[in-house]
Amino acid sequence: MNWPLEAFLSFLAAGAFGVIFNTPRRTLLSCGLVGMSGWLIYRTFFLAFDDSVQASFAGAFAVSIVAHLLAKKFRMPMIIFSIAGIIPLVPGSKAYNAMRNIVENNYLEAIAYASEALMISGAVAMGLVFAEVLMQLFFKRQAKRIQRKMGLTQE
Amino acid sequence: MTQLGETRRELALDCFLLAGRIMMESGAETYRVEDTMIRMAVSQNMVNSHCFVTPTGIMFSPSEELATRFVRVNNRGTDLERVALINSVSRKLVAGEYTLQQAYDEMLIIDQTNYRFNTWLQILAASVASGCFLILLGGSWIDLPYAFIFGGTGYIIVETILEETRVKIFAEFIGAFIIAILASLAVYAGLAKNLDTLIIGSIMPLVPGLLITNAVRDLMAGYFVSGLSKGAEAFLTAFAIGAGVAVVLSF
Repeated sequence: MNWPLEAFLSFLAAGAFGVIFNTPRRTLLSCGLVGMSGWLIYRTFFLAFDDSVQASFAGAFAVSIVAHLLAKKFRMPMIIFSIAGIIPLVPGSKAYNAMRNIVENNYLEAIAYASEALMISGAVAMGLVFAEVLMQLFFKRQAKRIQRKMGLTQE
Repeated sequence: MTQLGETRRELALDCFLLAGRIMMESGAETYRVEDTMIRMAVSQNMVNSHCFVTPTGIMFSPSEELATRFVRVNNRGTDLERVALINSVSRKLVAGEYTLQQAYDEMLIIDQTNYRFNTWLQILAASVASGCFLILLGGSWIDLPYAFIFGGTGYIIVETILEETRVKIFAEFIGAFIIAILASLAVYAGLAKNLDTLIIGSIMPLVPGLLITNAVRDLMAGYFVSGLSKGAEAFLTAFAIGAGVAVVLSF
């Protein structure tokens, strides 16, 4: 695997999706970085454990965490950063293979591909959710600490 | 606490509904729209207000003595710049930097301005994304120019049909269909090598990524009506793309 090439391509792809979804101009670079981090973590996991479901979970988790941090930094909705990063993880090739096998009447193989695609989409969704809950807990604690420091809450 | 004048309240209502409608039309999550509207209402001393947002309409009930208002959300697209702009206006309104009138004027400007990138730039972006995905998904370098061209073509077709007919499923079906035909022709003519990766790379710009993300986030936030309907929309889009490709592959 050619790391610099994949990093560059995923950066470019996520940035291009940023243009298609019309994200604000000054966040395009960050969108590309989110996409790159998600894809590289996905690939690393995939090469290390050879399981695309876990790898998708890790990738989506990374995308969501980075997107949350960037959203805090730019003071913009988190979705601006996350969608361009999520798209490379969508199981397009699995769904395509499932459909192709259905067309060719290989129903058993199609079911295998389809269930894999379903598992991957579930993993991506769970990755998003886990990261979101984690970040909420973290930021809530941080906000409380700041409030206590400023003397806004009495304890 | 000062009593709000009747015209001022009407203005406030218009302002909240306009903000909600623009955000919903630009592809924001439902729970963010509700959150924004309620925050704006609280900042204008309308504490007991309720709102209910679905992908096709927004209801807002300010308090006991004022009537509930409703706006319809007609065409939903993806324009994240608008979401960010409305978000910043509402932040400023809540922080007291903008008066209600200023915020409303700003939102009217946002509603009427076209923030989209140049059409050719969008098509170029779709082409670049297709090319990148072709290589990322393991395609060969010989197929790169074809993925580049077909991805852009598919995007142009989908956007034109959407403009003409407003039927999203049909547009995506035709887009995927034509991409698959072009890819098959290129492979049978001996120009391109791998049909599967070529098609997968080229249809990537049509994948409903925003809808999937939004559906998951809405479902997790407890907004089941919008979560399920957005999920259904994403599923229909995926189905349309799949069917478009399947029709060609079955020959």
